[in-house]
Amino acid sequence: MKLSDIEQSMLQGDQGAAIGRAMDLLVRYGEALGAECLVETRNVCGTVGATTPFMRDFAQARGGMDAVFSEFNLDSDQVVNIPPVRAFSSHLQLGFDPEQPVRMGVNEETIRFYKTGERFTAGLGVQLLNTCTPYQVGNVPTRGEHCAWMESSAVIYCNSVLGARTNTEGRESTGAAMLTERIPYWGYHLPANRLGTHLVELDIAIEGTSEWGLLGYFIGDQVKDQIPVLSPQQSLARVPGLTQLKHFGASASSSGGVEMYHIVGITPEAQSLEMAFGQRRPTEVIHYGARERRATYERLNANGNSRDVDYVMLGCPHYNIEQLWELARMIEGRKVHTNCELWVFTPRAIKTLADQNGYTRIIEAAGGIMMSDSCSAMSRAVPEGTQVVALDSAKQAHYLPAILGVQAWFGTTQDCVNAACTGRWEGGLA
Amino acid sequence: MSSLMLRGRKVVGGKSEGLALVTTAFISGWGGVDPRSGTIIETHHPLRGQSFKGRVLVFPGAKGSSGWSNTFHMCRLMGTAPAAFIFTHMTTKIALGAVVTHAPAMTDFDLDPLSLIATGDWVSVNADEGWVEVRPASATVTAN
Repeated sequence: MKLSDIEQSMLQGDQGAAIGRAMDLLVRYGEALGAECLVETRNVCGTVGATTPFMRDFAQARGGMDAVFSEFNLDSDQVVNIPPVRAFSSHLQLGFDPEQPVRMGVNEETIRFYKTGERFTAGLGVQLLNTCTPYQVGNVPTRGEHCAWMESSAVIYCNSVLGARTNTEGRESTGAAMLTERIPYWGYHLPANRLGTHLVELDIAIEGTSEWGLLGYFIGDQVKDQIPVLSPQQSLARVPGLTQLKHFGASASSSGGVEMYHIVGITPEAQSLEMAFGQRRPTEVIHYGARERRATYERLNANGNSRDVDYVMLGCPHYNIEQLWELARMIEGRKVHTNCELWVFTPRAIKTLADQNGYTRIIEAAGGIMMSDSCSAMSRAVPEGTQVVALDSAKQAHYLPAILGVQAWFGTTQDCVNAACTGRWEGGLA
Repeated sequence: MSSLMLRGRKVVGGKSEGLALVTTAFISGWGGVDPRSGTIIETHHPLRGQSFKGRVLVFPGAKGSSGWSNTFHMCRLMGTAPAAFIFTHMTTKIALGAVVTHAPAMTDFDLDPLSLIATGDWVSVNADEGWVEVRPASATVTAN
């Protein structure tokens, strides 16, 4: 891989041991990919904290947070002192909500250790956004900007909706990018790799967040990690907003590995079908109609058996203020059933806004719990004795049964609110 | 049946060998693997319930969460990592995951490893020299 003089000097350790280790990892990673060079990035989203018992024990045995960063963010078995980050860096979601230790099933010691880690992370200059949706709390890259993001649902949003450029990075590569402002120039950083591969023709109208989630789940399964181009014909009754595209991307990246898509006439690199495909011809034309929609719904609900719902989780990906506003209107004056719990996850910044707007009060008056920074899949935390879960997120319905062995129902937010308030799943395809 | 040679490109250098664990399905890392045992846990996955610990993992590539590399990094630290990675579809997830697992890894083969290697075959990987030798399970039985 070709390195500039500055990169070469970083690699040699001229700018400190940590920068040297970071550049060593980027070179190994870039060569594994077959990248020709690195590219400068000034927007990095990654994970630095230590919230699992394994990492906490690792830190205590090896020398604190520098050891955690060295191993898990730089792949360096040598512990190096970590200097402040050079790139504008944001922290993604955590392994638990530190404000809710009891519900998250974490003890005082874990929280104390987390606080140490949080001070370390903030001290490096990493922004404590603590969310899977940095783009919902002010980190909105410009079209064409080179980024180094992890979190698959954020990556697909960044590439497709914002037109910024990132691959799906990992904890180690984002750690190295924070310190060096570099990432391999490969994949979605190159314009030629951003063109569509598959044409998806929508034979039915898509409206509402859960419908976009279903469609994304279907497409991910069909195209794996290729680039679908949605050609809406006449079918888009309404232009999808942030919430719909957030759910669409989150499910497409879970069922397949989609990191970029185009919607003709809507996303920035697809003002026309010709622009979306460039000189390429679609390798396949896929249709999405009533049959595909039903099959996807049934696949997502395949492991739902008992209709007695113990737990409703909302906020995957993290809810935004529009969704909290809608939830507050749906649940105001109702009560969560005694056999059921409702947990709602949102970034802490948005929770503050929800407090200010009175939504937190409404949701809590109904018996719901407002949480932040994490989710059930990340934390493996659910109410005690949970066997059956209801979700409005295809992504969470994909992961939670695998991670916790629970049954899951997927439906609309309204289906989920009804389940929370009656303790029964009555959802179904409209 | 004699052994079979495949030639490909080094992703991570090194040499190792072991019994093959083969799937034509992509593998999820975070949420798809339990690093404590190296077991595939994804609900619909054909290898669900099987561990890749010490095996030569032959698969198309990585899918799912960006926690892929961290999951396999944890597998290395917990002693449950595969002996080697043989895959056909390059992505940042598998590249970074292989790098931090410190296991030999190869891709870009002259022949299709997914159709030519079967679970239970004995596979030797020399990523530095760019070759993989496959001794089919049936041949091993005959030789014994």
